[in-house]
Amino acid sequence: MASGVKPRVKSPKTASAGEVVTLKTLISHPMESGQRKDSDGNVIPRSIINRFTCELNGNMVVDVTLEPAISTNPYFEFEAKVDATGEFKFTWYDDDGDVYEDIQAIEVA
Amino acid sequence: MKLTRRDALAWGLGATAVAMLPMRAFAAIEDSIAEFTGGAEAGSGDISLDAPEIAENGNTVPVSVAAPGAVAIRLFAAGNPTPGVATFNFGPAAGSQSASTRIRLAGTQDVIAIAQMEDGSFIQTAKTVKVTIGGCGG
Amino acid sequence: MMKAKLFTGIAAAALAFGAGAAFADEDAELVINGEIEIVTKTAAPAHLDGALDEIMSGWRFRDSTTQAMEMDDFDNPGMLAVEDAREKWAMAEGSEGKSCMDCHGSPEDMAGVKPVYPKWNEGAQAVYTLQMQMNDCRENRMGAEPWKVDAGDALAMEGLLSSVSRGMPMNVAIDGPAQSTWEQGKELYYTRTGQLDLSCANCHEQNYGNMIRADHLSMGMVNAFPAYRLKDTKLVGVQSRFKGCVRDTRAETYNPGSPEFIALELYVASRGNGLSVEGPSVRN
Repeated sequence: MASGVKPRVKSPKTASAGEVVTLKTLISHPMESGQRKDSDGNVIPRSIINRFTCELNGNMVVDVTLEPAISTNPYFEFEAKVDATGEFKFTWYDDDGDVYEDIQAIEVA
Repeated sequence: MKLTRRDALAWGLGATAVAMLPMRAFAAIEDSIAEFTGGAEAGSGDISLDAPEIAENGNTVPVSVAAPGAVAIRLFAAGNPTPGVATFNFGPAAGSQSASTRIRLAGTQDVIAIAQMEDGSFIQTAKTVKVTIGGCGG
Repeated sequence: MMKAKLFTGIAAAALAFGAGAAFADEDAELVINGEIEIVTKTAAPAHLDGALDEIMSGWRFRDSTTQAMEMDDFDNPGMLAVEDAREKWAMAEGSEGKSCMDCHGSPEDMAGVKPVYPKWNEGAQAVYTLQMQMNDCRENRMGAEPWKVDAGDALAMEGLLSSVSRGMPMNVAIDGPAQSTWEQGKELYYTRTGQLDLSCANCHEQNYGNMIRADHLSMGMVNAFPAYRLKDTKLVGVQSRFKGCVRDTRAETYNPGSPEFIALELYVASRGNGLSVEGPSVRN
């Protein structure tokens, strides 16, 4: 169980139909790469967020496969085209099986 | 030795002139790229990669990629213990085929971005990032 | 291969040396979230007695991408811990069943606290750092366990208290009952230590702006602590940084929480009087 993992999203509340908006996401996660060793010399096993997806009204915006070279507290910035009022769904998948989700409403003015 | 296109790809050469070449694990990067492209050649095209020339810290290096019309963009760090960094798959609701993130670089090396286009072809670009090891603060 | 490796090393070092100008935009201004104006450069306080004309925040010495990360609270990874602390602020802890909020109100009500720390505490008859004051509250008023110096919880809370004072000028007292502690700190600042025989002043007063290997030396100000160091990917506290610096002169270092480091923190904070409280900052 990864503790203290918290997702955060910066997304606009409103947009005009067809507008391209910028989304920023950040999740607090150590992204243990599997390269480090502990004081006894044993490899600390890999434990990372391995996938991040963003959907808008059920349509895929972006689906990211993460590998250990993504920095601690994974950060993504990308663009979405807003078609209709609804919601953005952001999902992060952890190696340990946990799934984190954040939902942000968007209204087409 | 004749520099084949595959070699040029592995060495991170392409549309951008590369000042420095990666020092380790050429085989690993070649295999990693081949896994993504299925062995197809990646040519030059409308793909950009933004990365600092000198990274103040290798632990958190901001990078951006963009390839209009791409289905997916894969990022590699040629000198890392494992070269794969991330794959960005773009869907119908994407506003552009671009993304920014922060990555870890083990040392000075080439960062390579390869985009898979809708017609199944691949285009690529690379950038050398010098990673400094601090004086006293590090 | 070996030759190529050497070439890379030399070229990288040469480039780092020559690229000093490319690093930070030393004329850039720092405005956080488009609204908090941070003073990162100002006249040196009088007590510096001409040792420096101007003082500058460490922000000015970082490259543009690091600087950019601090300009927006969403982009600033240090704010993750601050948000955690905001939740802790409202949670009761300890035998008395009190939270910080019960006595102190909202975190925003604490604006103005960070700029004057470290400061003299009448009850303890000693100079207190902000972390010491927080522990005083925890032990004596909440009946809770004190935090270790620069522990994650302590830094997150210090980060929260700092964040609500951003933009306010540092203003620690150097006279009155704090004076002798301040003078002890000043003496430490100018004392050479270690096999490398370096004092704080050698680097941060006499060589700020120069490169020490691949590090761009700052003035060693602490107005922006706690700092989210990209190298550590977490908040780092002032006294932990002092420990690192002293260790880097190859000296037997003092420990965080020691009287020497409390005195040094007071003195170094006073060197930055006039710069805005900036933390949690982003540094390399």
